[in-house]
Amino acid sequence: MSALTDPQPRATSRIWGKLSRNKSALVGATVVIVFIALALLAPVLPIADPTGTDWGAIRKPPSVAAWMGTDELGRDVLARMIWGARASLLAGVVSVLIAVAIGVPFGLIAGYFGGWTDSIISRVTEALLAMPFLIMAIALAAFLGPSLTNAMIAIGLSAVPIFIRLTRGQVLSVKTEDYVEGARAIGLGHVPIMTRYILPNVFPPILVQATLTIATAIIAEAALSFLGLGQQPPAPSWGSMLNTAKNFLSQAPWMAIWPGAGIFLVVMGFNLLGDGLRDALDPREH
Amino acid sequence: MLLFILRRILIAIPTLILVSMFVFALQKLLPGDPILVMAGEDRDPEVIALLREKYRMNDPIMMQYLYWAGGVLRGDLGVSLRTNEPVLSLIASKLPVTIQLAVMSMLFALFIGIPAGILSAVRKGTWVDWLANLVALSGLSIPNFWLGLMLILLVSVNLGWLPASGYESPFVDLKKSLTTMIMPAFVLGTALAATLMRHTRSAMLGVLQADYVRTARAKGLRGRVVVMKHAFRNAVLPVVTLTALLFGELLAGAVLTEQIFTIPGFGKLIVDAVFNRDYAVVQGVVLCTAVGFIVMNLIADVLYMLLNPRLRTAQ
Repeated sequence: MSALTDPQPRATSRIWGKLSRNKSALVGATVVIVFIALALLAPVLPIADPTGTDWGAIRKPPSVAAWMGTDELGRDVLARMIWGARASLLAGVVSVLIAVAIGVPFGLIAGYFGGWTDSIISRVTEALLAMPFLIMAIALAAFLGPSLTNAMIAIGLSAVPIFIRLTRGQVLSVKTEDYVEGARAIGLGHVPIMTRYILPNVFPPILVQATLTIATAIIAEAALSFLGLGQQPPAPSWGSMLNTAKNFLSQAPWMAIWPGAGIFLVVMGFNLLGDGLRDALDPREH
Repeated sequence: MLLFILRRILIAIPTLILVSMFVFALQKLLPGDPILVMAGEDRDPEVIALLREKYRMNDPIMMQYLYWAGGVLRGDLGVSLRTNEPVLSLIASKLPVTIQLAVMSMLFALFIGIPAGILSAVRKGTWVDWLANLVALSGLSIPNFWLGLMLILLVSVNLGWLPASGYESPFVDLKKSLTTMIMPAFVLGTALAATLMRHTRSAMLGVLQADYVRTARAKGLRGRVVVMKHAFRNAVLPVVTLTALLFGELLAGAVLTEQIFTIPGFGKLIVDAVFNRDYAVVQGVVLCTAVGFIVMNLIADVLYMLLNPRLRTAQ
């Protein structure tokens, strides 16, 4: 056992070393951390009430009083941006957690047991993959009803097949390794073999995919909210802010510029981080 | 070859059946009873009983599915609850608009993505590579509906160069059709260009290190000939497959682009249907997109086979 676990800390520090030398991954991580910090600190930051209307300050351009301007109800755009980051990040992370929580076990089972189990799970995955991600999410959100929670469920469910396919593929390449054969030889059951020996070894590519899928999920949540199928007013989200902003494009362009820039930056951050993680975890690049 | 295509079609059948089951199941996700919605305000028990009979709601669920699937096979996707039009003819009337948008976007993507990918691979590690990668990553990170809004703001509102919305069939007025579609096509094409660029780059990087490319260089062939004739021809295979597969993404991306530029296509149809609670249309659109995706997958496989001499002779 100890021989199997010993290399782990060295591998972790090597990966960490590679990641910290990758400038673009660091930039990505910084952007992500800044947005997460802003989202978490929203209640204590000295900003205006994101839902507080002010009829005397309707559609005011950016100024010292309102750094990002105000919207069509006189609400502070900066405050709505910071609170909106919560919805976006929450949607990104929760929907990916849903996708991982369902997709990884099915992928593990399909890859590990093979045979009929694998055939059935793989066919279902193929069928799910045939339905484009966003259309699937829109249809599900429509059938479940518009709300942030349902948008997260819809996006999460739509991303499940990606994780089933990825995990299955990884398990297939790992399950013939000597340490798995060894674990089987000492009489371990299927569940301990899958969770203790296979899962940790297929985890790195899942982590990379999860990071990149958070980026996709954030765009998907913004898209659903933009269409009116996600976060409902007056609670702010970047997508719903853009939805309103499109009606005031020529009069108040700042209403559209900031939420889009927020989505762009945070998605770019997750993409850079995901790419960096992929390079750091790729054994071929050692 | 024919055998290969037949085999691929046979493999696609179970996928299609499963897709149809999912689409059918979507209806069952609906909160509440659709029959009560159809029965209107009065909810006359006789009408409800009649509707239940008509839509076979009293049958076991498997029979309901078979009945529905039988209709789908005969081209009957139900009728729109709002307009009472058959869903199939609704989709057929909107599809050409989206196909025009998709083809124009794909042209943008190919003309930007492939040359950028080749250049970035040939000049690996230089500022050209760095810049191309940065632009590609931005293309992948930018929400296309926001890019659309920003372009409308810049090109239509401030500069007044192109119309911000509308649609004209190319068969009626080609010039107008192209001017209204060029901006949405660019918006939809950017993310695809980014994906194509990244794949072309990585395929080219793999091929540029191959022995036959080194041999071609050693023979003293010009750089451009080596890159285009020897390397790109071999790198293009995965790119062709990807291009076919990206058409599915295009259909999905069109949903928001059409919404922004108010283009009366397939994407706008599903959004309008969602808001009108026109579930038969939503189901129809999801089913058609999935079938389209499976067909494109099939085409991608066949193209791969046709273009790859090694696989062709293996057959």
